[in-house]
Amino acid sequence: MGYKAKFRVWRGEGGEGRLEDFTVEVNEGEVVLDVIHRLQATQAPDLAVRWNCKAGKCGSCSMEINGKPRLGCMTRMSTFEESETITVTPLRTFPVIKDLVTDVSFNYQKAREIPSFTPPADVKPGEYRMQQVDVERSQEFRKCIECFMCQNVCHVIRDHEENKPNFAGPRYLMRIAELDMHPYDVADRKESAQEEHGLGYCNITKCCTEVCPEHIKITDNALIPMKERVVDRKYDPLVWLGSKIFKRQR
Amino acid sequence: MERHEYDVVVIGAGGAGLRAAIEARQQGKRTAIVCKSLFGKAHTVMAEGGAAAAMGNVNSSDNWMVHFRDTMRGGKFLNNWRMAELHAKEAPDRVWELEAWGALFDRTKDGKISQRNFGGHEYPRLAHVGDRTGLELIRTLQQRVVALQQEDEKLHGDPEAYIKVFAECTVTRLLKDGDAISGAFGYWRETGDFIVFDAPAVVLATGGIGKSYVVTSNSWEYTGDGHALALLAGARLINMEFIQFHPTGMVWPPSVRGILVTESVRGDGGVLRNSEGRRFMFDYIPDVFKDKYATTEEEADRWYDDQANNRRPPELLPRDEVARAINAEVKAGRGSPQGGVFLDVSTRLPAAEITRRLPSMHHQFKELADVDITKEPMQVGPTCHYVMGGVEVDADTGAASVPGLFAAGEVSGGMHGSNRLGGNSLSDLLVFGRRAGAGAAAYVDGLAKRPAVTGLDEAQTEALAPLERSGGENPYEVHHELQRTMNDLVGIIRKSEEISEALQVIEKLKERAKNTASSGSRIYNPGWHLAIDLRNMLLVSECVAKAALLREESRGGHTRDDYPGMSAEWRRRLLVCSAKPDGTSITVEEDVQPSMRGDLISLFERSELEKYLTEEELAEYDAAVKES
Repeated sequence: MGYKAKFRVWRGEGGEGRLEDFTVEVNEGEVVLDVIHRLQATQAPDLAVRWNCKAGKCGSCSMEINGKPRLGCMTRMSTFEESETITVTPLRTFPVIKDLVTDVSFNYQKAREIPSFTPPADVKPGEYRMQQVDVERSQEFRKCIECFMCQNVCHVIRDHEENKPNFAGPRYLMRIAELDMHPYDVADRKESAQEEHGLGYCNITKCCTEVCPEHIKITDNALIPMKERVVDRKYDPLVWLGSKIFKRQR
Repeated sequence: MERHEYDVVVIGAGGAGLRAAIEARQQGKRTAIVCKSLFGKAHTVMAEGGAAAAMGNVNSSDNWMVHFRDTMRGGKFLNNWRMAELHAKEAPDRVWELEAWGALFDRTKDGKISQRNFGGHEYPRLAHVGDRTGLELIRTLQQRVVALQQEDEKLHGDPEAYIKVFAECTVTRLLKDGDAISGAFGYWRETGDFIVFDAPAVVLATGGIGKSYVVTSNSWEYTGDGHALALLAGARLINMEFIQFHPTGMVWPPSVRGILVTESVRGDGGVLRNSEGRRFMFDYIPDVFKDKYATTEEEADRWYDDQANNRRPPELLPRDEVARAINAEVKAGRGSPQGGVFLDVSTRLPAAEITRRLPSMHHQFKELADVDITKEPMQVGPTCHYVMGGVEVDADTGAASVPGLFAAGEVSGGMHGSNRLGGNSLSDLLVFGRRAGAGAAAYVDGLAKRPAVTGLDEAQTEALAPLERSGGENPYEVHHELQRTMNDLVGIIRKSEEISEALQVIEKLKERAKNTASSGSRIYNPGWHLAIDLRNMLLVSECVAKAALLREESRGGHTRDDYPGMSAEWRRRLLVCSAKPDGTSITVEEDVQPSMRGDLISLFERSELEKYLTEEELAEYDAAVKES
């Protein structure tokens, strides 16, 4: 059942590094992260990799496998030919700390720039009443496991360091959409989405949607509707005002 | 060395840790959150089914008293009753509060928070979001922390003025000034540099110990850090013999063995079958639950639509019962091809309904096992899931016996007795996370002066030792042997000889662990990190094995092949673990379980209590009932 696979893993720290070749045992049903763990236990004890749940729920083990952003724990070895050399490298958009571990603090900084959920002052805990159909849109976005692969793959920042200060990235533009579509959120998020968080940079190439391990339709369901809301607002402020006033009438 | 001064340091950023930190910050305390992973990645994200809270949204007969009774029954009456009481009373407020912080739970038709059925809960009680409730909870708390930081930025010009997250930072020692806590010592995983926190109060919220077992639903973080830190600081652990083996973990392929299959599958209609196609749980209803569970498939199936006139399906017995039943079926040769049993929801619900209610299970089986759960059954078997035991705390404040030390969530002990009900952990960590945060804040308010940090040199020497040795033991090998030992010898079914054998192995592993060598630099070096974690896993494993050897009965998450019965005498006894002053080994002593308060014990029928209590306790019950 088992076989020897050829792995090429990026190793290095402090801005320097190289691809290192390994030959490593693979057993039935294993995923790439299992093989990385076997490398740690048998050949490279200090090989750095982030991981946590190993069940596709925490979004820690994001890496680039043969150049594609993937979760190591959800990439089965059976999707490769046994003779294939599998190349594993760190996420390209973020600075490498060591081996497969990158500095993802950019994302936490962006998270803090998005104004938080803002409920009306007069609704007390326990009094919230929402229909399932009204929460489902935002619920889709809350499936996000923050693997940051959409941030990694987005061409606005993947090879354009200069855009980072002005662009929140798909994950956090989606967060704005999530809050904007929350039945009880009263903050005005449209103008800031465009002016402060860089929604206009997105030209809907859907790279983010394609890599999302949770299959969230980031572009179609979050970014495009958000762009439409921004446009509506710009062209017709009265429509926006009306929608805010009547939003919670049932 | 990098040093920081805080009022409260919370170790762990899962649900309990974040809720504690939020509370401490809301009470005006300068609060640090220290966690081994990135912010938002904690093990809580893996909780699937929901948070149990008697809101009565789906069945209005539910209330805190019913929840309290269910919790005590689930724990086979070994629970700290005051914790079970506070938990049942406060869980609804804690869930509603999350909603005000932005959580989006699934809804009922009238727009309230929907609640689902779960094992051991009399009414539909679990607030949920599909089968990813833990993620919703962690994200909501994470975003609440961010909201507080945004507030602080407005007020003080610094988002981290009052609450700061130290991510990928591991604490290896608690520091003391005399008897009291004075801070914590640790290292940054990224750089290997040391860090010291000067703080009069520390809240442990480090979760569990599953990484001492091979087959587990737990993540790498679950190395018993908080349990061990508490022991080494002089605190006591209780109930360490009780470990929950979740009945349904994946069994195939081997690399995913142990990954959790949510109890919601059964709550929403899934059934367990053996290789003969029999719904075997009907054969395993224990006497104490006889009148509460259906005896025929027809009645069990009717219950999903009409709970008033039918009894629950036995698939929804508490987890310990179901896990033992699966174990017995597999041992009797009636298991599935890969050594589990069949869990089938495909013949019970329409495909669209399955993908709506159980999206992540559908995804998980499809991606990892090539199984489409809308078309075929899953294969499942028990997996090490949760430790009921932990730091002995004061129910109201989360305070441990060491001044300045607090604990909440899985690392604390008592709340769940000998077995935790599904859904009671998310509510536990909210209720007691908040209480521990408040307890720590009040403790700091009462101090005349700040304690001084001591013991830094020793802590530093200890942490560096594996890097300074060359040619020593491979920490990965020591870890694997510990996992195999605990799995095989102190697992779901235990006997005296095997536990004794495990203890001998643990002694040898302790020696080997002292001699581990980690190659490479201090920068993000997992081999070094594991060598440090081994100390904790070994201490905790010794507690589990020693307590398991002493408790000569079977109850909840502790099943002794050589003592299969439940004993009322043993119910009155708590096993308390503490470390010898030099930290080299564990001693276990017996303590008496305090009697339940009169108004609480009166919530039960005498006929039920007779199954659990001694004659002496029943006399107390009679007196309490007469008085009320």
